[in-house]
Amino acid sequence: MNTLELQKIANEIRKGIVTAVYSAKSGHPGGSLSAADIFTYLYFEEMNIDPSTPYKKERDRFVLSKGHVAPGLYSTLAHRGYFPVEDLKTLRQVGSYLQGHPDKKHIPGVDMSSGSLGQGISAAVGMALSAKLSDDAYRVYTLLGDGEIQEGQVWEAAMFAGHRKLDNLVVIVDNNGLQIDGNIADVCSPYPIDKKFEAFNFEVINTDAHDFDALADAFKKAREIKGKPVAIIAKSIKGKGVSFMENQAGWHGTAPNEEQYKQAMEELEKAGEALCQM
Amino acid sequence: MSDVKKIATRESYGNALAELGAKYDNLYVLDADLAAATKTGTFKKAFPERHIDCGIAECNMVGIAAGLAATGKIPFVSSFAMFAAGRAYEQVRNSVAYPQLNVKIGATHAGISVGEDGATHQCLEDLGLMRMIPGMVVMNPSDDVEAKAAVEAAILHNGPVYIRFGRLATPVINNRDDYRFEIGKGIVLREGKDLTIVATGLEVAESLDAAEMLAKDGIEAKVINIHTIKPLDADLVVAAAKETGKVVTVEEHSVIGGLGSAVCEVLSKKAPVPVKCIGVNDVFGESGPATELLHKYKLDAEGIYEQIKEAF
Repeated sequence: MNTLELQKIANEIRKGIVTAVYSAKSGHPGGSLSAADIFTYLYFEEMNIDPSTPYKKERDRFVLSKGHVAPGLYSTLAHRGYFPVEDLKTLRQVGSYLQGHPDKKHIPGVDMSSGSLGQGISAAVGMALSAKLSDDAYRVYTLLGDGEIQEGQVWEAAMFAGHRKLDNLVVIVDNNGLQIDGNIADVCSPYPIDKKFEAFNFEVINTDAHDFDALADAFKKAREIKGKPVAIIAKSIKGKGVSFMENQAGWHGTAPNEEQYKQAMEELEKAGEALCQM
Repeated sequence: MSDVKKIATRESYGNALAELGAKYDNLYVLDADLAAATKTGTFKKAFPERHIDCGIAECNMVGIAAGLAATGKIPFVSSFAMFAAGRAYEQVRNSVAYPQLNVKIGATHAGISVGEDGATHQCLEDLGLMRMIPGMVVMNPSDDVEAKAAVEAAILHNGPVYIRFGRLATPVINNRDDYRFEIGKGIVLREGKDLTIVATGLEVAESLDAAEMLAKDGIEAKVINIHTIKPLDADLVVAAAKETGKVVTVEEHSVIGGLGSAVCEVLSKKAPVPVKCIGVNDVFGESGPATELLHKYKLDAEGIYEQIKEAF
């Protein structure tokens, strides 16, 4: 798939995110939008998956360690064909399978339940270890927030992955620089993120989370690394794609009102039209 | 009971894993730098490639087990009860139980019978903590025979299981031909018409001795071994309560949240009879030899006998 096609899909995924959070009147748009291009690349280019056989043993696994950006994952899965896009409007509603945080029991395509920060990476490491133990070829991807890496369990998991040389594991950090209480550097700085993962025996790749060519280079390079797990630190913009949400910590976990929803959708429509004219 | 064979259920755990490892090639054992104490070292010796030492990082260990289970393996997570049920509580709840993953938690060194290490290592809350989690099976075997049976039952059960094991060598009481283990089924070990003692773990043997002491006073106690705290054998407990009119629960655990609470929850609804809950009375433990602590906290046969005589 070429860059333009990926950009178009990512734009549709962003519309799904905004629509889902608006319908739910709650949820996490900021981090979902910052991760939208990463999700798009993973599900439309990188991973060995097939929506028609979501539980196939040989599939690559994905664990959304930053589980609160479920709208981003759900919109991606829906656009990839795991379930109807229309269902995104049921997010967080009583009786809906689209729970506020990913629930593996009921959502096709969700490989692990998550939401409590720091726990997803351990499960991903366990899956990668499992593949090594039985000589399976699948790869495991996990997406973490840059605020999430303040959790100590992340580093327990990183130590284990480095120690076990899990080169079938790719940890992606969505480095949008913001958490609920403000700038991550002000709240409790996790920087330097790359040096920390290097110290835990990871191969580290710094990249731009919104540049599909850069993402392609990063994930291709990750496949070539042997004997080490890989951490991709993806510099991103929280709220990316919706002007008034960009770089605003306040949009971490707030739903747009009707007016804001309309403006966000207009902006995304225009962005989509612009992509179609390219 | 000095002539009776004694073995700590943590030893039984290690032995059972080593034995069952040959039968179940999908069985993996995780430990957090305590393989010598939890006795998973026995399994490690037999199946080194299936023993995973996670280092001193219990929360991550539980998550690793979740990942192994999500990809079709049967992992046993091993640590002291304090760390397996306590430190990693939220990981057990959110990474194992919520997604209903097939993870088994083998928690050793439970209760005050940990002994000299003292209060920080004497978990008295694990049965309560684990019992509150939806879908969690909670077992507390009474001896070597039962502990081994519980391990295999856990393997055959599809879903999360917590099994509590002890450090102290305790009498083997279930070595008889007609012994059968079934998750959720209590076992009547002694008949009696005057009251029912419902006991779990190492307190089963102590309760049997206490029943003998009561018999000398003309009080005939029925003794039930509850090896599965959840799901509780409500039918058996209710029937015994109706039959004997009085119930005593005995556990090496806080009187809050464990067996006593589970029994009271059922009896208050279905057979409200007077209940005496024997356990640790909402205090932390302390250092000392295990048997001396069991005596001090009135959790040996003599203490159980005294407390029953005072209550009824």
